[in-house]
Amino acid sequence: MNLPEDWTLISEPKGKLVSLNLKELWRYKDLLEMYIKRDIVTFYKQTILGPLWFFIQPIFTTIVFMFVFGGLAGIPTDGIPQALFYLSGITLWNYFSDTLTKTSDTFLQNQAIFGKVYFPRLIAPLSITMTGLIKMFIQFSLFAIVYIWFVMKGVDVKPNIYALLFPVLLLILANLSLGFGIIISSMTTKYRDLKFLITFAVQLWMYATPVIYPLSVMQGNYEKYMWLIQANPVTAVMETFKFGFLGQGTFTWLSLGYSFLFSFIVLFLGIIVFNKVERSFMDVI
Amino acid sequence: MSDIAIKFENISKQYRLGKIGTGTLSHDLKRWWTVSVRHQEDPYLKIGAVNDRSMKADSEYVWALRDINLEVKQGEVLGIIGKNGAGKSTLLKLLSRVTTPTEGRILAKGRIASLLEVGTGFHPEMTGRENIYMNGSIMGMTKAEITRKFDEIVDFAGVAKYIDTPVKRYSSGMTVRLGFAIAAHLEPEILVVDEVLAVGDAEFQKKAVGKMQDVSKTHGRTVLFVSHNMSAVGDLCENAIIMHNGVVNRMGNAREMISAYLQSTRDIPVSRTWHQIESAPGSADIKIRKIRSTNRDEDIIQYSFTTSDIGIEIEYEVLHDIPFFTHGINLYNSSGIHIFSSHDTNNYHKDRTIQRGIYLTKVWIPANLLQEGDYLLSFAAMRYNPFTVLFHEKDLLRLQVLDTMNQSARPEDYKLEFPGIIRPKLIWEELVSLSF
Repeated sequence: MNLPEDWTLISEPKGKLVSLNLKELWRYKDLLEMYIKRDIVTFYKQTILGPLWFFIQPIFTTIVFMFVFGGLAGIPTDGIPQALFYLSGITLWNYFSDTLTKTSDTFLQNQAIFGKVYFPRLIAPLSITMTGLIKMFIQFSLFAIVYIWFVMKGVDVKPNIYALLFPVLLLILANLSLGFGIIISSMTTKYRDLKFLITFAVQLWMYATPVIYPLSVMQGNYEKYMWLIQANPVTAVMETFKFGFLGQGTFTWLSLGYSFLFSFIVLFLGIIVFNKVERSFMDVI
Repeated sequence: MSDIAIKFENISKQYRLGKIGTGTLSHDLKRWWTVSVRHQEDPYLKIGAVNDRSMKADSEYVWALRDINLEVKQGEVLGIIGKNGAGKSTLLKLLSRVTTPTEGRILAKGRIASLLEVGTGFHPEMTGRENIYMNGSIMGMTKAEITRKFDEIVDFAGVAKYIDTPVKRYSSGMTVRLGFAIAAHLEPEILVVDEVLAVGDAEFQKKAVGKMQDVSKTHGRTVLFVSHNMSAVGDLCENAIIMHNGVVNRMGNAREMISAYLQSTRDIPVSRTWHQIESAPGSADIKIRKIRSTNRDEDIIQYSFTTSDIGIEIEYEVLHDIPFFTHGINLYNSSGIHIFSSHDTNNYHKDRTIQRGIYLTKVWIPANLLQEGDYLLSFAAMRYNPFTVLFHEKDLLRLQVLDTMNQSARPEDYKLEFPGIIRPKLIWEELVSLSF
């Protein structure tokens, strides 16, 4: 594209395949911040319990899991106290599933505003991923409190050096949820069926991830389905987290490396699809 | 460096009509097969019809814009006028990058802010202050810029008292003012404005026009302004384009364009006949065949006088029996003001089912009622029990009412235009002298 230097290209029918305009994205960083602030603040506006809502959901889910999966079903937790085991799984899984479900609704949710003004559309799903991360940290503090309480009680859980991989785990989860989310979001502009599929699929996905059971139990009982669990890129994240913080779990550099690579490929594909759709989705939505 | 700020090069935009979402997968596959695999032209690009909403399109695809070539100079305020559906808003949407053209490209210099709908992106739960920051960032301002302009924005919008109140408690006028204030203070090189002036009170409208003039004249910014408000276009713009069915019909001096546009809306004839029932206006059950205006001598008239009765004859065909049937007319003046509505109430008290067949109805607009000017007539068919409108066909017939020079309506020495929307002849009693 050769343009005289003082022109800015506004629009033409076909863009480049990958036109991730980082410079432009950076110029809108204040908008990203505004979006995050808005989502956090409006989350609990006009509620009585306010920010407490961030804690209520994981606490109750953990309690229910302890009853149903720990008590009734009797699924072992690798010798880790049930509360800690479930809470760690829920904290990470919630981040992943919330972000995925919300980003997959980007275009439908924002159609009013996308139809009126231009800004890099990626800001919207990116802000969801960041907001989710903040919520995740808030919920992680809950995990930390429970963790310390158990340590004080003398339960044998110690973090090891692999706990330092935590930021990498979060990066993998962020990439995966954002990547899958924007792919689905791009497709739902035309084919709404996916919207129904996603809530359902995320639910099932949890059962294919070692959230409520340790990988070792799966290995013992369903050897022939192990490939499925191992192909799931979230598996290594869960196991690494539990290994690093609780000292139990199945950690290999290979599976973590696989998840890491997988997450970047998904994100890359997501950006390609998203870029293609954002140009003209207003005409089909 | 040229002084052109915006350049549209062969811009076309195609839309798909009908039920979006059904059958798109098969279209997509066919399109992908011909374009990507066999390297032929997109099969759906060829069949687009021109964007004429009065006709039912033959094809599923329609060109909302066709081969637009347009250059807008730096600092120019360009008005865009045309009927609904002429492609004005699509043009602005392309410029503000909400969607992309099907063909051609758009070039521009500098930052573009659009006021396609003010208050876009306001979050009802957040305060005015938070929303100023939010909205400003959406439009591409940085936090520092907004902080610098904050007081000015609040001042212009006149919402200082409510700045820390959630926007959901604002009146619609306040919301619009705030939205406009943010966009106007963004200092974009190009400002795109679509019908903001339709909302807000007169005082704010004046302020908004003033601000836009200020933006263009003193700061040399380019403004594109879409409006149906001809006086606002005339006040604000030096130049204007008239759009019609997706193409630029004419461009030139704004005042000339406005009068040309207003002239073109007068193309509706004084007598019309539809020979083919398929293309006749109406509904599935009833079709208009003929409509015309006459005088008392039953002649078809081109114009009437303020002092003459006007007869409206409508012939229609009823294709199925319709119970509780009645019909009515509406009259609008050239500013679009609804002058009156009148229904045929002759049969309201009993159920008269209208049988299949052809009917002629005639209604008289009495003399000494209408003001001098041009009028547009609409016809509606209804059921009155329960009340349902079967169809309402607008702009069917044009009536032109001229002033007469006789004394029945006004004194001979009255030289000025007679004011008022209607001009009834009222009954004035004899002057009574009470004292001497």
